[in-house]
Amino acid sequence: MKLPLAIFALLALVPILSALGVPLGGFVPLLLGRVMIFAIAAMSLDLILGIGGLASFGHAAPLAIGAYAVAILDAANIHDAVIVVPVAMAAAGFFATATGAVALRTRGVNFIMITLAFAQMIYFAAASLADYGGDDGYTLYSRTTVLGAKLLDGKAFYPTVLVVLFLVWLKLRIIAASRFGRTLSAIRQNRPRAQALGFNAFAVELAAMAIASALCALAGVLLANEAEFVSPAFASWARSGDLMVMVILGGVGSLHGAILGAFAVVMAEEALGRLTQHWPLLFGPSLVLAVLFLRRGIAGIGGRRD
Amino acid sequence: MTDLLRITDLRKHYGALRVTDGVTLKLAPGSIHAVIGPNGAGKTTLIHQISGTVRPDAGSIHLADHDITTLPPHRRARLGLARSFQITSVLPEFSVLENVALAVLGARGSAFGFLRPLAAEKRLNDAASTVLARVGLAARPASLAGALSHGEKRQLELALALAAEPKVMLLDEPLAGAGPEEAERLIALLATLRGHCGILLVEHDMDAVFQLADEISVLSQGRVIANGTPAEIRADPAVRAAYLGEDF
Amino acid sequence: MTLLAVQLLNGFQLGMLLFLVAAGLTLVFGVMNFVNLAHGVQYMLGAYLGVTCASLAGGFWLGLLLAAMAAGAFGLALEWLIFRHLYARSDLDQVLATFGIIVTLNEAVRLLWGSAPLELPMPDLLSGSFMLMDGLRYPVYRIAITAVGLLVGLALAFLVNRTRAGMLIRAGASNPDMVNALGVDIRRLFRLVFGIGAMLAGFAGVLAAPLVSVEPGMGENVLILAFVVIVIGGIGSIRGAFIAAILVGLVDTVGRTMITDLSHAVLSGQAASRLGPALASMLIYLVMAAVLAWRPAGLFPART
Repeated sequence: MKLPLAIFALLALVPILSALGVPLGGFVPLLLGRVMIFAIAAMSLDLILGIGGLASFGHAAPLAIGAYAVAILDAANIHDAVIVVPVAMAAAGFFATATGAVALRTRGVNFIMITLAFAQMIYFAAASLADYGGDDGYTLYSRTTVLGAKLLDGKAFYPTVLVVLFLVWLKLRIIAASRFGRTLSAIRQNRPRAQALGFNAFAVELAAMAIASALCALAGVLLANEAEFVSPAFASWARSGDLMVMVILGGVGSLHGAILGAFAVVMAEEALGRLTQHWPLLFGPSLVLAVLFLRRGIAGIGGRRD
Repeated sequence: MTDLLRITDLRKHYGALRVTDGVTLKLAPGSIHAVIGPNGAGKTTLIHQISGTVRPDAGSIHLADHDITTLPPHRRARLGLARSFQITSVLPEFSVLENVALAVLGARGSAFGFLRPLAAEKRLNDAASTVLARVGLAARPASLAGALSHGEKRQLELALALAAEPKVMLLDEPLAGAGPEEAERLIALLATLRGHCGILLVEHDMDAVFQLADEISVLSQGRVIANGTPAEIRADPAVRAAYLGEDF
Repeated sequence: MTLLAVQLLNGFQLGMLLFLVAAGLTLVFGVMNFVNLAHGVQYMLGAYLGVTCASLAGGFWLGLLLAAMAAGAFGLALEWLIFRHLYARSDLDQVLATFGIIVTLNEAVRLLWGSAPLELPMPDLLSGSFMLMDGLRYPVYRIAITAVGLLVGLALAFLVNRTRAGMLIRAGASNPDMVNALGVDIRRLFRLVFGIGAMLAGFAGVLAAPLVSVEPGMGENVLILAFVVIVIGGIGSIRGAFIAAILVGLVDTVGRTMITDLSHAVLSGQAASRLGPALASMLIYLVMAAVLAWRPAGLFPART
């Protein structure tokens, strides 16, 4: 309980410090903003991956769906979150329900490959949307407003993202402790037993995928606004892989661990990217080494059990 | 009164091997019906078909008035069929109390509650505590199920079935691996359940079977070769032949 | 009509390439239950090594041979260095580690060969085209790929169905514990499967190189298509991979045009030109979904 609150306190410190006139530059809020957006996506993945044990390799799809909802509504001159957010979440939830109904008929390796394939489907579908830039992507005319207020612009962006991150974390924590979350966990721990107790494992897992997907679409909305741009690359398999890495590095099932994981991945890209343009040559091997030698994720360093 | 469980001419074969070959069984309300038979007689496949993890090729299974032959396991559970597993099957990461609370929820409630913590659901937890007291686990509600001793896991396994307040309990070798003292305790516990629900008991421990059962069916090569009261079964020559050499 | 003929042939040719990549992968999944995302890297390496070997050795054919062998050797090295430590680990660990390998090797390729796409010229012998029917010429090279794919398919079918190693592979795919219990060194068996798989993927990469642009990340598009093939065909089944590869190849070529035509027939011009391409690009995934809805374990699952 202390660690997550400390994380949020540190994140909240940034706008406070810059309001007090500490020169952080534009760089720190920008980078941490990105970290928080990916943390939202990674945390939503942690619901199905960590608590539900469903290794989805297609979580970039709802991220892209959320982002494209912003773009498509932007082209229709609709910019308010009152419409954008529900549309984004509903679209992503629908996608997860439709594809999940197929993917959940399988387990293990099959599930991983099928979720990956469906995300690739979104990638190609996005690339073929000629009206929204096709392969080249689409630049937004205007950022999303919240009831007319420019909460996703300029200095307001960071605090808004922080609030969303906190609310998503809180919501996921509540879900995790609820009937639904505990049942989902029970199904992961022992599926035949959970079914023999009377739980419809398929329905529970499908609902979990829809919820995770809808929450991830929130991150997609924020990401589109941060970049003022969307492109099929939002749905790329590498993005799905990054999200998975964030969750696993942070320690599966811990939720706040996903924030640490997102921090680690975004910072690694950034720091290594400054060191050399060939930063993946350092990132890739460290990933392999982390898997081989770090068994419990970053949150598990020091053998602490949460 | 109708039978709680009625299995009619059930058949299942894998290739040429007839694992279940026209099994017919009835379970009267409040009674304990034991199914015994040598290894390979088809007891496990029978259990799988009753609980819903294996689909029979022909025949039917009725739970009270419901035809459950083709229903998935969770639907059968919701209709009042609870089971224990031969190899202990609990939720290892959860506490003993939470295991049982989920069993209560699975039988009677809905999993689709997203707000209130399960730990704060008083009715579920109270019901779970009552069940724990009945199986003798009242002292260990907070222990992790995965950390229990083998005997305690067997007790928890039974608690998971009991918590559903089922019409029918399907007990797959509830005494497997239990020491003599544990076995005695479990037998006494099972005896108290007589009259509350119907129990279909698959068990290797013949002492337990003859102590508990009101009716015994003997399975051999997928068929019921004898059926009757414990006294009748003891005297049946066909049974003696099937069990040749086994102590009984 | 002529267009359809060309597309049928193209579909078969794509299917054969996919089969070469998917064949090794499906056995690796089937026998060891090992999630190898890095299999597409072998395909990419094959293409790059093909370009380099062909220019060093001064010819396509020697380049093909050297590159396929080098790709196979590289796969075995990866297996020895990293993968064998992951067999006992969870799916997630395997996904993560092999993902790390993709990231690394894509960048390594960029470092060594540059980001600009490379080209591998077709061998002179096969660079011509022939008259398919009136007014339609079809490249010999594509026919050659199809033929090679068929040959490899036959050879694999022989290996898997008629040899002792093949029998063990089949047994391993349907019941790994049994093979272990038989006292067979399943690790050695797996190394064999892995080496063949890596070599075939590399081989496919060289074959494809004259038709596509050789660039970093080229392996992953093929990899994901190979996943679709494996999922449709059923994990661990060579026969399933073969049939599913042809299905996916055909759907992706013939189906694409048909959907586009169909959408123009059904919808108004503007809506069709918007929806058509999107639907066409989603087609193979929809086919996959349909097959899975019908048969969750794929068409020919090795494990029952």
